[in-house]
Amino acid sequence: MQSLVIVAHGSHLNPESSAPTYDHADTIRATGAFDEVRTGFWKEEPHFREVLRTVEGDEVYVVPLFISEGYFTEQVIPRELRLAGWDVSEWDSDGLSADQATLVAEDIDREVHYCGPVGTHRAMTDVIVRRAESVTNDADVGEGFGLAVVGHGTERNENSAKAIEYHADRIAERDRFDEVKALYMDEDPEVDDLPEHFESDDVVLVPLFIADGYHTQEDIPEDVGLCEDHTEGYDVPETVDGTRIWYAGAVGTEPLMADVVLERAADAGADLGTALDDVRETTRVATGD
Amino acid sequence: MSDPTPAETDAAAAEPADDGDASADDPDAPAVPEIELPSEAFDAVLDALADREPGKPVRFEGFSVARGTEGTDEDLPAGGADEYVLADGDRPTGMTEGDLHEALAERAAAVTDWYVFERVVGEFGPRRAFLRWIEDADGETVATRYAALAEGIERAWGELRVTARVTDRGERRYDVRHVDDAGVLVDDLDVYDDPLDARGLVTFDEKGRYRPLKTALSLAGGWVFPDLSPRDLYETVETIYPATVANWHREREGDLDVTHWRETMERQSGIYGVVKTWDRGEGYEHVNWVAEACCDDSQCLKRREWQYDDETDLDVDGGDGVFPCREPCSVVVSAARKWTRLESEQPRTYEFDLTPSEKEQVEAIIDAVADGRTDEIREADAKEGANRYRTRFLRAKLFDEDGNLGGVPTEPDEE
Ligand code: SF4
Repeated sequence: MQSLVIVAHGSHLNPESSAPTYDHADTIRATGAFDEVRTGFWKEEPHFREVLRTVEGDEVYVVPLFISEGYFTEQVIPRELRLAGWDVSEWDSDGLSADQATLVAEDIDREVHYCGPVGTHRAMTDVIVRRAESVTNDADVGEGFGLAVVGHGTERNENSAKAIEYHADRIAERDRFDEVKALYMDEDPEVDDLPEHFESDDVVLVPLFIADGYHTQEDIPEDVGLCEDHTEGYDVPETVDGTRIWYAGAVGTEPLMADVVLERAADAGADLGTALDDVRETTRVATGD
Repeated sequence: MSDPTPAETDAAAAEPADDGDASADDPDAPAVPEIELPSEAFDAVLDALADREPGKPVRFEGFSVARGTEGTDEDLPAGGADEYVLADGDRPTGMTEGDLHEALAERAAAVTDWYVFERVVGEFGPRRAFLRWIEDADGETVATRYAALAEGIERAWGELRVTARVTDRGERRYDVRHVDDAGVLVDDLDVYDDPLDARGLVTFDEKGRYRPLKTALSLAGGWVFPDLSPRDLYETVETIYPATVANWHREREGDLDVTHWRETMERQSGIYGVVKTWDRGEGYEHVNWVAEACCDDSQCLKRREWQYDDETDLDVDGGDGVFPCREPCSVVVSAARKWTRLESEQPRTYEFDLTPSEKEQVEAIIDAVADGRTDEIREADAKEGANRYRTRFLRAKLFDEDGNLGGVPTEPDEE
């Protein structure tokens, strides 16, 4: 019996934090690829500490719904799941290449496959592009458009900037958008000066965050100048200093994220049948009109 | 309401369960319902027998069935290789598949009971234990349970009311709703059938406020899952109160892993790392206060099993909840982080005057907020210290223009 456990941050203050986790879990359930799909949280219930005891399967895949490798994926989650003998060297990662480690979870005395975070998986690149398609409602968006991938800089976590650059570079290589830039919230090049970094009249701004919350709903829109105060709201697109900015909100809310979760489990050995194709199909943006 | 009554169990157990006459001695006892044997239950018995060696029985309450052994072994019941042997305390009888069907149809209650727990519910420990507990399957006979299920067996789980029933095919069906909605017609409630829909019911309280703790006593009502299967019942309860069944099950098995306060705080890191400094080896009064503030039965449905440490119990009662709390939750850890900072401050003496009634009013306001009663205090009820007009009057009288109580600044150098 094959089980998927999606672990995410969650929140004591607002329901938006866990909403994408539930949505992607539902998408994956609908594929039937796993006998069970469970969710566990740091700030909600079931907590990381107790989620594994709700799991019935003997092939257990744990996928962290986090953007980068760092404090949560390397310390908090393995500790709270009680993965015996965990050491970050198990992943042998350069900050982007964590794939999986198979360890006994002491809580249930069974092996689990502990996967790298979704945010650093190569399939995440496609989700960013898909997010640009969704927010512009154009399945072919690219020509005449710039794309900004935005997140925290190195100050909070060195690997967070790495993930942003990694995906921005990969999208740039595809020659789909006129320009692709990685921008940061707390260091240069800063998202505050977005129009200065782009020549294109239209720029899609995709924040590399798992869920909508303070950063994506208040911080970034105000910093970029989409609004004076987030409570006023803003249009999509909104023109700032002559640049039309298509603000996408957290990339993690994009339905195709379910695909990355599946890719992580597949890389760790899960047998998915046709689930990957199914998810790519069902989460597609309608083409044309 | 209708907990199974053990009075006539022995008589019922000795007879095939279709007897329907378990209540012969007691005219008020519920009658055992007529059960029709569904083909999937019969097929499951044949499959189970096919998986076993000849002579190895499938056991039901009051009897067993095995495949025939051609009489090769003296100790095993006889019966030809393509025959079945039913043993019910009298002598074993060899029979054809058709005979077997008839015999099992006569004992349909016991067979469907086996089918429900062995094939529908399955092995997973927490789910199985929970569903057996609902109808006391480890304490009561099939006849007694079926009679009680026919009337509806009710169980409480936190703020949930679960009602278990049996259909005339021996299947279990469950109704789950808020305990406050007990007795309300299904048509007057919002009806759901997908356990995952429960996520939408637990996110906000009655006033639309986000619920950070699923076991807080703030589950809103007005909904019902009127017709759940056993597995869906388990999933629904797990969605509303995550991991409560798993922990309850571990506790019943005698292996609940309790992690006490000290150990939990020691484990924290990052922005929560500071909480370890709150324990200074000078006693645990502060943890009593935390437990009284957060874990009291009025605040959380879990029964707190964690203590200060292995050797030191808290002085505050853990509560009477059905399911245990095995370590301080994330809401408590977050609050403890705030208290760690606040409690590192040294007390100071502030001097200002209150009338006796004003002192009592301050106490009344603290009580009203702590007990979540502010909404209940009527607008014109000037007898209540926490009444809004009374409180506004107190503020108008005692605060200076900077919001300082008694006109005394919080920091002395602000004067
Ligand atoms: S720590 Fe206290 S408040 Fe938190 S779940 Fe346990 S009993 Fe409830």
